[in-house]
Amino acid sequence: MPPAQVNEGLATLSDQLILVTVLLYLVAMIAYALELAFGRARTAAAPAKSRRLVSVGAAGSDSSASAEAEPDAPSTATPAAPAGWAVKAGAVAVVISWLGWACNLGGILTRGFAVDRWPWGNMYEFVVALCFAAVSAFLVLLTRQPIRFLGAFVTVAAALGLGFAVLFLHVQAGPVMPALNSYWIAIHVTAAVVAGGLFLVAGVCAVLYLVRNDGRVSVLPSKEQLDRIAHRAIVIAFPIWTFAVIAGALWADRAWGRYWGWDPKEVWSFITWIAYAAYLHARATAGWRGKAAMIVSLVAFACLLFNLVGVNIFFSGLHSYADVPK
Amino acid sequence: MTTKSEETEVTEREPRPAGLGVVGWLRWGWRTLTSMRTALILLFLFALGSVPGSIYPQRGVDPGRVAQYFENSPTEAEWLDRFWMFDVFTSPWFAAIYLLLFLSLAGCVFPRVVVHFKELRRKPPAAPRNLNRLPQSASFESDLTVEEAAARLRRDRFRVVTGPDWVGAEKGYLRETGNLLFHISLLALLFAVGAGALFGYRGNVLVVEGEGFANTVAAYDRFIPGQQVSAESLQPFSFTLKDFQATYVAAGEKRGQPLDYAATLSVQDTPSSRPRDVELKVNEPLDVDGTLTYLLGHGYAPTFKVTDGKGHTAYEGAVPCLANDQATYTSECVIKVPDAQPDQLGFLVRFLPTTVPNGDTWVSVFPGAANPTVQVFPFSGDLGLKSGQPQSVYQLDTDNLKPLGKMSTQPKPLNVGDTLELADGAGTIQFTGVKEWISLQTAYDPGRMPALIAAAAAVLGLVLSLTVQRRRVWVRVRGRQVTVGGLTRTEGGGASFTEEFAEIVTKLRGAAPSEPSERSQPEDRSEDDSVPDREPVSPSNRSAEE
Repeated sequence: MPPAQVNEGLATLSDQLILVTVLLYLVAMIAYALELAFGRARTAAAPAKSRRLVSVGAAGSDSSASAEAEPDAPSTATPAAPAGWAVKAGAVAVVISWLGWACNLGGILTRGFAVDRWPWGNMYEFVVALCFAAVSAFLVLLTRQPIRFLGAFVTVAAALGLGFAVLFLHVQAGPVMPALNSYWIAIHVTAAVVAGGLFLVAGVCAVLYLVRNDGRVSVLPSKEQLDRIAHRAIVIAFPIWTFAVIAGALWADRAWGRYWGWDPKEVWSFITWIAYAAYLHARATAGWRGKAAMIVSLVAFACLLFNLVGVNIFFSGLHSYADVPK
Repeated sequence: MTTKSEETEVTEREPRPAGLGVVGWLRWGWRTLTSMRTALILLFLFALGSVPGSIYPQRGVDPGRVAQYFENSPTEAEWLDRFWMFDVFTSPWFAAIYLLLFLSLAGCVFPRVVVHFKELRRKPPAAPRNLNRLPQSASFESDLTVEEAAARLRRDRFRVVTGPDWVGAEKGYLRETGNLLFHISLLALLFAVGAGALFGYRGNVLVVEGEGFANTVAAYDRFIPGQQVSAESLQPFSFTLKDFQATYVAAGEKRGQPLDYAATLSVQDTPSSRPRDVELKVNEPLDVDGTLTYLLGHGYAPTFKVTDGKGHTAYEGAVPCLANDQATYTSECVIKVPDAQPDQLGFLVRFLPTTVPNGDTWVSVFPGAANPTVQVFPFSGDLGLKSGQPQSVYQLDTDNLKPLGKMSTQPKPLNVGDTLELADGAGTIQFTGVKEWISLQTAYDPGRMPALIAAAAAVLGLVLSLTVQRRRVWVRVRGRQVTVGGLTRTEGGGASFTEEFAEIVTKLRGAAPSEPSERSQPEDRSEDDSVPDREPVSPSNRSAEE
């Protein structure tokens, strides 16, 4: 029998850490935005040249994990005399994001220790973990690729997500339902959270892709680059999501006597999977590449969000442990 | 239908055959069906088709809610039912989508297996004339020979073919292998699921403490067999429910939240084997040779003794109650006493596990049975059992029943041991004790393991097809002049190949004693600016995406 004791001190500390995380993400977001606004603008060069630029950016990013902290990775072509402080703002933003990330991690860990179980047993904890995973995915990709321009968007998404969780989803730390009391929660939910974080980064790229108007001076990188980053994030996330669904089926087989029963959550994770599979196919199909594929990826992302959040609120099913406050 | 496809993606729509006859039309139909575009559309339909399955209650998941839907809005429900909206996942139109999709998949994948098999046995292509025009190229001076270059590339597990002055090398065949494995695994998964549905069964049963269950079709409350399941094929185990314990949070904001459920069973694997004690929990099913029994739910079963107006014991036993409210486990149940004389008796019972008075009423405040009481609403008359109409054991058909005595919404609760005298000398009812019941699901699915293996193979194939890149490298040796060219046949794979290509060039340089002259990436901001008086090089760095 799991212990019912809750360490109130740790639980309170966890709540405070999450609040601090929201603030830090917001500050980081402002710093990223300053860099975007006053840093160097980019133009999409002529097609031939831009293609060359794409692979160069890739080469620079992959060859060593060193240069990426610099904002002006080799891909930015047009010199536009950036303000020195704007570049610094970017570097500061990265440091603040890491601080926020650490607080977010601390908040998750303290909550876990407070209740002595895996800290994603209800919707509040799940959303907190999802925001953490998104920021982690961004920060990890940042050490390998020059994607600092994404910072403002990822941190604002994470801050909004955390704010939403704190305001509308927060429940007191406590033990979970017996059905959730299984080691599978570590495997299944963790995989879903990790995949969700990566998909979120890809979703941000996809939105920027649709907003980006090639041929104009913009602080955003070229469409090709956005497309490539989104694709890379999805390529990593898709097998993890597949694994999450399969782990869920294995858990369902332990807990409910069947590995697949078309519970609303199962239906929507299946739809999400199909939608991302469709994206991968679309991107490899003539006539669908580019904008169409990006729209497919956004549809898939919408399915994912609906699955992670909407299904818990709108449908009743076996996955109704979300413990959403009324 | 493939995730990837540098070469095969161009399955453009076939020109419509004009007057080609049946064969021509069939061929056109097949080509259209197996094209990527059709596969994509079918994928979308597949996803779209599942949506109503999450919106409307499904018979296979929750038949009770379907019945509720019919009761609340009969006309709408009838129309929805016409389109199989309550059986989406077993409906003909859903089956049509996935069968077409899998046919399309098979039609695309199996020809590619043949192509890939041939490709596996084919040698890498000969070197093109001008290696400098490849996406990746570099040249340097060295004493490298064709044989040394070939040996070097072989050591990196390239497939190698040599010509008089060139080496051709290729690797990354695992990408297509993984891609095909993934899609074939999906087909296997479909078959495993289908086999499980044909040869497996599911059954639900409710067992009260002290009672037993034997795995036979008749013992189930609900039994859903596959088409190929016969009554004799059920695993002949049996068990008795010795005890059930539910634990709840006792205090604080989460008071009343369940913490743990545990049932103790005495199990006989076969009628002749010795009984063994098994603790059954959520997430820990009972496994008897692949037939699994799961703890799904629980509730209270108060026990009663009913004596009729003539002094005979007309009923004695436990009555399972259904919880109205999970937080307090306030439950309701029905006792039907058809053998009571002179009139049949029926009782509505409200069970309160932890009773506290609340003004003129009584409520339960906790799901555990700390102070169990029952409120009894007696009726007499005709229970309506003779009409032949099936009745729910949880509902009392009061059409031909009249309340005994003065009906109140809050009759005084009975404690364990208390007896209620019925009005008009109809008899007595005694609340004799409290038991608990559990609901179980037994499932046998021979497709489980094959499905798991297929799913694992699909993940493996997926990872291979998304991470491995197909790449080709050529080396041309003319005197001391060595030219290396390379390309990746994977879209978007330019970045990491650039790095790998640079490594290969470095290794080739190291394979023969010579001094370096040039790196392949001119844009690399590292130190190697070309030295002008050396052999000129044509560094280029085009992406392979065309």
